[in-house]
Amino acid sequence: MIRATILVSGDPQSLGRGAEDVKLAIEAELSFYGLENEIEVGFGGGTARTEMLPTVSIYPEGVVYGPVKPADGAFIVEEHLYKGRVVEHLLVPSDALVSGHLAPLPAGKEGKRYAEKRVVLRRVGVIDPYNIEDYVAHDGYFALGQALSTMTPAQVMNVVRESGLQGRGGAGFPTGTKWSFVANRPEEVRYVVCNADESEPGTFKDRMILEGDPHAVLEGMALAGYAVGAHEGWIYIRGEYVLSKERLEQAIHQAEELGVLGDDIMGSGFSFHIHVHAGAGAYICGEETALLESMEGKRGIPRIRPPYPTVYGYHGMPTVVNNVETLANVPPIVLNGAAWYRTLGTKRSPGTKLYSVMGDVNVTGLIEVPMGITLREVVDIYAGGMKAGKTFKCAQTGGSSGSIIPPDFLDTPMDYASMAEKGAGLGSGALLICGEDTCIVDLASVLLRFFKTESCGKCTPCRMGTTRLLETFDRLRVGQGKVEDLAVLESVAQNMFKTSFCGLGQAAPTPVLTALRFFRDEIAAHLDGHCPAGVCPMHTVSEAPKTRHKYIS
Amino acid sequence: MEKSTTELVHQILTHYQNDREALVEILREMSQKLTYLSQETLAVVADALRLPYSHVYSVASFYSMLNLEPRGRHVIKFCQDAPCHVAGGREIWQTLERELGIPFGATTPDGTWTLLTTSCIGACSVGPVMMVDDEIYGNLTPDRVREILAQVGGGL
Repeated sequence: MIRATILVSGDPQSLGRGAEDVKLAIEAELSFYGLENEIEVGFGGGTARTEMLPTVSIYPEGVVYGPVKPADGAFIVEEHLYKGRVVEHLLVPSDALVSGHLAPLPAGKEGKRYAEKRVVLRRVGVIDPYNIEDYVAHDGYFALGQALSTMTPAQVMNVVRESGLQGRGGAGFPTGTKWSFVANRPEEVRYVVCNADESEPGTFKDRMILEGDPHAVLEGMALAGYAVGAHEGWIYIRGEYVLSKERLEQAIHQAEELGVLGDDIMGSGFSFHIHVHAGAGAYICGEETALLESMEGKRGIPRIRPPYPTVYGYHGMPTVVNNVETLANVPPIVLNGAAWYRTLGTKRSPGTKLYSVMGDVNVTGLIEVPMGITLREVVDIYAGGMKAGKTFKCAQTGGSSGSIIPPDFLDTPMDYASMAEKGAGLGSGALLICGEDTCIVDLASVLLRFFKTESCGKCTPCRMGTTRLLETFDRLRVGQGKVEDLAVLESVAQNMFKTSFCGLGQAAPTPVLTALRFFRDEIAAHLDGHCPAGVCPMHTVSEAPKTRHKYIS
Repeated sequence: MEKSTTELVHQILTHYQNDREALVEILREMSQKLTYLSQETLAVVADALRLPYSHVYSVASFYSMLNLEPRGRHVIKFCQDAPCHVAGGREIWQTLERELGIPFGATTPDGTWTLLTTSCIGACSVGPVMMVDDEIYGNLTPDRVREILAQVGGGL
């Protein structure tokens, strides 16, 4: 008889902060008191804000402790589980918890906003990702059961279309529309591919879902497969995400044993199999056609589009390629209906969005909020304000290929349409918040070094463009800029944007173009040998780190 | 090629049923288990999958997790991307180069350390971050780096 469950947060951030030792200490203490047969211990996702990690949650009470050190872990076992007393001083304060509860916030223009409205993350940290029963107990596979028993594939597709769900990988393409392209193809063999090649610097939302709630992705894929008439699904996961892969494989195995994946799911006659394919380290493979090439065992080099994967995808067959977060949104939509989903977010961009918040703010980590909240709300409320002594200078939205935006944008609603109107993008949901001691030139050269390394080299605008841009910024950094440099940056970036073969090359100049638009004076100051932020090593020999590229080693 | 290496190579090929589509995964597993992919290894793979050597090499040289050169006993991968940079990455970068006495991309003469950069490993909220072998270390400071180097390097 198991009377209690202990979940130690097992996301990499917690592991980096010693979660494994905490778990070991708890296990040792449990066996010391002879409790090992009545209390189980496992890893869960993070339940609290980053500074509270690792956390230890005890169920059924739902008490959350953090940040917990190994010695604390042993103490918690002794006090809470042996003596039955809550350890007050180790409790996570309720405002630092990111649980399924909705807490009204005092701030907000519309009178009342909700803290972290969780749709996608509602189970992360609450269930044991290694245990399918936990998932089922939290409404897991209900949507799939409902769809298979009471809905036609077209009805499933319509619910998703009417919900207004947009692709969460960055481009924001309507998911239902993409599905209908595949459903309407004459070919009988079709595929569903989950793009889990999350490589955009500063983005770790998909990993949190994969590690904290892997079944949600599987269920979303099965629903997509049912809607478009596919019987095979693939998850392309980046090679670095070892833990995510392990949890996914375990989840697939359990789902097949339970009969919610595989042949004749729940006796409906619909069959759907899911396979995991791991990448081997290449940013470009997040581009959907490069991803498909890589899945076929080749270099991850993009294909010409059109034809889009919906027409000519994996093995040349119609293929739905959806991001992890997109797929995780599907089960709640099917279960609760399109009207419910539209009560979240804005009219033009319904639903919630995951943001990974980083930089010069007090609280960094992953948040899930309704679409359309402003950057100011994120910084002031969710991120706990700027770090002491720092003022907001700029933010980069959407990872390294995102826009660098000035303080004017603080009050723009963050949804796909509103951001696009102001000439910026939402991208993958990474929010890098920078204080005034960040130098735009220095930041740009770091970003460009990444793109130069990751450019696949297929097309000239991207291969040469990233190199030229980096050279120019590196010159500016050391005070050796030339008068014509600003014009060169502008024209190279514009050419990359217009003529690159794939999305990587077209997006790579985004930070440069937005920096030129919003921070031109600061870049120009470097021409006179002056770095306003005092970061760049002016008038010194170039200290640009030499990363040896393996092709020319 | 040593006999044990040959055996391992064939074992991995058999596991993937000589499937050409699994080339990336095959090479990755070999790279991990053999520490790097020698020309001989690539040639055996090309033969078994009936692919041109040039194709196998082109794939092996494309992905950053596939090594074409021998590496040190411990591999450090330092995240060079913007979020870690903003969080103080430059100082860590310099500390690593100074402490190990090698530039990025190199291996120490005694074969203990290989110092590499990596793109984002998705642990941005605890930046700056580095991976030593398979472990992720976050919230790095120069002192913490020296501690980790002593701990990991001294353990052997």
